[in-house]
Amino acid sequence: MARVRIPTVLRKFTAGEAIVTVDGATVGEAFRALVAADDEFARQIFDGEELRGYINVYVDDEDIRYLDGLDTPVGAEDEIAIMPAVAGGAA
Amino acid sequence: MRFADVTEAIGNTPLVGLPHLSPEGYHIHLKLEGHNPTGSVKDRVAKYLIDQAERFGQLAPGQRVLEPTSGNTGIALAAICRVKGYPLTCVMPENTSEERKQLLTMFGAELVYSPAEQGSNGAVRMAQQLASDDPNVYMPFQYGNAANPLAHYETTAPEILADLPEVTAFVAGLGTGGTVTGVGRRLKSVNPQIKIYAAEPEYGDLVYGLRNLDEGYVPEVLDVDVLDGRIKVDSRSALEWTRRLAEEEGIFAGVSTGASLAVAVRVCGRLPEGADIVALSPDGGWKYLSTGAYAPGDLDELADRISATLWA
Repeated sequence: MARVRIPTVLRKFTAGEAIVTVDGATVGEAFRALVAADDEFARQIFDGEELRGYINVYVDDEDIRYLDGLDTPVGAEDEIAIMPAVAGGAA
Repeated sequence: MRFADVTEAIGNTPLVGLPHLSPEGYHIHLKLEGHNPTGSVKDRVAKYLIDQAERFGQLAPGQRVLEPTSGNTGIALAAICRVKGYPLTCVMPENTSEERKQLLTMFGAELVYSPAEQGSNGAVRMAQQLASDDPNVYMPFQYGNAANPLAHYETTAPEILADLPEVTAFVAGLGTGGTVTGVGRRLKSVNPQIKIYAAEPEYGDLVYGLRNLDEGYVPEVLDVDVLDGRIKVDSRSALEWTRRLAEEEGIFAGVSTGASLAVAVRVCGRLPEGADIVALSPDGGWKYLSTGAYAPGDLDELADRISATLWA
């Protein structure tokens, strides 16, 4: 089980929920469970087998690119956060 | 120190230890970029953007400069363009703080506002449109201009190495990605073992107010391979560390500094004991007073109330 934090732009796929709990021992498994019922949701997250370039994914605040990517393990206490890439706030 | 004009006074900022906030056995140092002439690290970037454009003949005398910027880069460009005789247009989200609008106006910049709900990505899109509609303007475009990381490669990083040759890790916030890319490349060219961490501000929903993910924006100057970790920091944590910095170390910094400090403290645990970590403080707190970030009160309530405008 893992908690996934959904950004505003994707909440149309989660009935407006900001936090969704799904099954999965890794980020990849959790995301496949998350988007299983909705092809459009899947297309927003995945580009083939890979995550799309315009989203950043964090497990306990750490970008999974610098952990084990989609194989990064997640426990019941962990939060997976999806955040869209943005141009820097105060740049 | 004596300089011919204000553009010559950019850089050579102090590197200050944090004896009270560094975890036991570690040494965190802050590079105080608020000591630059217009008060932020962006003086370095703006100087390089204009100098490089002049050098490569992209900018003619008196030509208008146009840039998407919600603050520091605009203020730095405005001062430099004024000294060098270029008119400037800044495109920024309309919810940019009043202090910044007043500073820009005083330096003679023209302001164009993009919709607040589109955040900084909206300002980038609008500036790109305006620049393509008017061939007479020059857009340096800090998000995609190699002069941005080059400023840090050639100035910020050498200053750190001169002041602290034993540096083991560097932390900076992610805006354009220019700081971590430029400093990171230079430090790793000297010692590949030096770790580079990015602090990613977790903006309020307003900044993420995109209609779909295709409107996301990954800055071209960011080299993700130079990083050893990218850690997000929420508004509450950034505020907490920013306030502790004032309360315990006597340093009044902007909220991005708190975010980088939070990451510096977090990564100490994965560095060898005795490690020297440099965190970059992009600016002082002055321009953010009106956000309420420094007002007395409950931190949770404060973070909730101002997270939408804090990073704008």
